[in-house]
Amino acid sequence: MTLRARTWLCAAGALGVAVLLVTAFLRMPEFGGTLHLYRDLALPAAIARATPNLVSSVNFDLRALDTLGEETIVAAAVVGTLSLLQPSPAERERIEPQRGYVMPVVKLAGYLMLPVTLLLGIDVVVHGHLTPGGGFQGGVVLATGWHLLYISGSYPALKRLRPIDWCEYAEAAATGLYVVAGLAGLVIGGAFLANVLPKGEFGSLLSAGTVPVLSVLIGIEVAAGLVVLLARFLGQGLIREEDP
Amino acid sequence: MTTIVLLVALAFVAVAGFAVVATPDPRRQAITLSLFSLCLALLFVALQAPDVALSELAVGSAVVPLLVLLTIRKVGGR
Repeated sequence: MTLRARTWLCAAGALGVAVLLVTAFLRMPEFGGTLHLYRDLALPAAIARATPNLVSSVNFDLRALDTLGEETIVAAAVVGTLSLLQPSPAERERIEPQRGYVMPVVKLAGYLMLPVTLLLGIDVVVHGHLTPGGGFQGGVVLATGWHLLYISGSYPALKRLRPIDWCEYAEAAATGLYVVAGLAGLVIGGAFLANVLPKGEFGSLLSAGTVPVLSVLIGIEVAAGLVVLLARFLGQGLIREEDP
Repeated sequence: MTTIVLLVALAFVAVAGFAVVATPDPRRQAITLSLFSLCLALLFVALQAPDVALSELAVGSAVVPLLVLLTIRKVGGR
């Protein structure tokens, strides 16, 4: 196909998408208006299942199957990174432990923020069904907080405190256990990922049935997966160029 | 009041987005991308979506620029 034909094809496609988007936007409810069809359906369902955080109720209960798909995307990204960015034994020897200079202020801030970030990450994961956040957000906060060790300390320090094998096991186990929880819902409740656990008291830590369980599983999966992913990228980035 | 906050947040996002597009060097672009994500997180907070803001803050302003910088370091510096 010539460049001219490709340009015309792309323009036709873009025009089609634009027409579809404009017609869809014209039929959408007004921004900031009072008409919310989905809210009117989701809010009573979430309150009936004792889940104050409506978003988590949608993510881990009402539409938990979608979250399974998203979780699989993360797992696929990690598997892809693992297989593509594996350093060869020769490259592994050339990984430089540390270069550059870290300002003492950055070091101090990093070490001060490290426990705070880890605690915040765990808090966001565990209270996913009560307060804004949930497994994904908390997991990402945990994984990025972990890497403050690299920013303020050194690569060897990060490497010592980053059991990469266990992160891989945790990633796989959490992904699998999500499916197991879904099958348990199928056996007990008659639907895949049905919320079968006791709902408990509205607003307490142990409530909302399977929502906190699935949130914690996703938190473990995302935190471990991102650590593995960043470990591969860091490993590749730190390989020294061969001497000319 | 809410409208003003929203308009300010939207303006920040527009300016930061333009800055990302206008930055020629990919290394510097990673930094402007990080700032853009920060503005986007502010917009999400203004729109009362703290969940999304938290994700955007961690993924958009920390993880993605880091991956971009590491990739440029690996493939670009030759």
